[in-house]
Amino acid sequence: MSKVPVELRYTKSHEWIRATDEGLVVGITDHAQDLMGDMVFVELPKVGAHLVAGKECAVVESVKAASDVYAPVTGEVIAVNQTLAETPETLNSDPYGNAWLFKLRPADKGAAATLMDASAYEALLASEG
Amino acid sequence: MGHRTPLYEEHVRAAARMVDFGGWDMPLHYGSQIAEHHAVRRNAGIFDVSHMRTLEVRGPDARPFLRYLLANDVDKLTVLGKALYGCLLNEQGFVLDDLITYYLAEDWFRIVVNAGPADQDIAWFRAHKGGFDVDLTPRPDLAMLAVQGPKALDLAQAVLGPALHVAATRLKPFHSAVHEDVFVARTGYTGEDGFEMLVGADRAADFWRGFVAQGIAPAGLGARDTLRLEAGMNLYGHDMDLSVSPLESGLAWTVSLAPGRDFIGRSALLRQQAQGLRQRLTGLALQGAGVLRHGQVVRCREGEGVLTSGTFSPSLARGIGLARVPVAAVAGESCEVVGRAGQIMAARLVAPPFVRHGRPLIDL
Repeated sequence: MSKVPVELRYTKSHEWIRATDEGLVVGITDHAQDLMGDMVFVELPKVGAHLVAGKECAVVESVKAASDVYAPVTGEVIAVNQTLAETPETLNSDPYGNAWLFKLRPADKGAAATLMDASAYEALLASEG
Repeated sequence: MGHRTPLYEEHVRAAARMVDFGGWDMPLHYGSQIAEHHAVRRNAGIFDVSHMRTLEVRGPDARPFLRYLLANDVDKLTVLGKALYGCLLNEQGFVLDDLITYYLAEDWFRIVVNAGPADQDIAWFRAHKGGFDVDLTPRPDLAMLAVQGPKALDLAQAVLGPALHVAATRLKPFHSAVHEDVFVARTGYTGEDGFEMLVGADRAADFWRGFVAQGIAPAGLGARDTLRLEAGMNLYGHDMDLSVSPLESGLAWTVSLAPGRDFIGRSALLRQQAQGLRQRLTGLALQGAGVLRHGQVVRCREGEGVLTSGTFSPSLARGIGLARVPVAAVAGESCEVVGRAGQIMAARLVAPPFVRHGRPLIDL
């Protein structure tokens, strides 16, 4: 069973969101990395980029497949995880920790609260089989 | 549900991620396909390749029959046990499958074909039996294991037992031997030393567990693909299929067009040669970060081509692939690959293999 930390928010496209004082930290879920297998390449947005909720904003690639990452909410990129570009395998070993992708300052401060919580995401995973 | 090999339960017990491959439920990986890849390059790994199908061709006309059916010439097989790689072609000179033929006796050749096209191959052999005095017998009772890597033979010693181990160790590459119902061949699909073996399906799990207990890592289709691609070996259905000839698939070396032998597809290949080949298969490596994928467009100086296989090479830590490009394009030249979002990636044409016996062979 893949891990679904209770304190995070989630999207249907398998991103996780952690609310911090600086903004929203975004990554991909344990389920997503498990489906994709060994990760070998990451393409991150640029700091300052304006992201639109539901639009592609990053790419993660495993040996097997490439997958777009979608912006969970609308906002501006305030930091990206440069280390991850050198060590994409961290997405497999630590998807909720060192493998965060970028930090976002949301246009609407309340946007994250409208995303799925852990139990809703677990229900989604169960329905996807 | 697909077909299951005699080792299906072993894969499930090892928590393998199972996928459909040519109608079979096969292990993609057992946790990390990159770790499995490195195990084969540096130590030893074991693959269940029981989805590949064995066909016995026996009878007084076995040799002339195969000389007519295969694009490579089994008359090259003069030493018992020797293996020959080649293609099965249709009349248009297109590739029905690639296969290995083992010479077991003057009236007995053993053929191993791919899982996907196996049924159609066997039907093809049967349909062209004509007046040849041969018996064609598929062997679903056999399982096939591939033990590959620089330490494959050393680590397998205890499980093979002294006689079989000595027999396997003495074999030259691309030779085989039979010892007490176990068939062992110094063949493989990884670019490493090692062996493949055919055993009765009922004994496969014992061998499998024995090898694993000796420290030989179970490896899945994911690692098998990155290993074969680094070794510059074609995959049927990707790098060649029923739409291309072996001459445009990097397989001219497996086609024997020497005069005096007719075979199915020969006249089409001669015609194609006379008209001039338009494309060829080459290796390709990305200059920067990224991964190459099957189907991506390659832009060379001489025109456009397409990637027939693409992946990330764990040994070279860069994107590599095989591509069908205009025939005039040469190794060493720069080209561009169009990525999935339309982005342009700088690449270079290289002559495969990329890696053999653990060592990189390309210079970038």
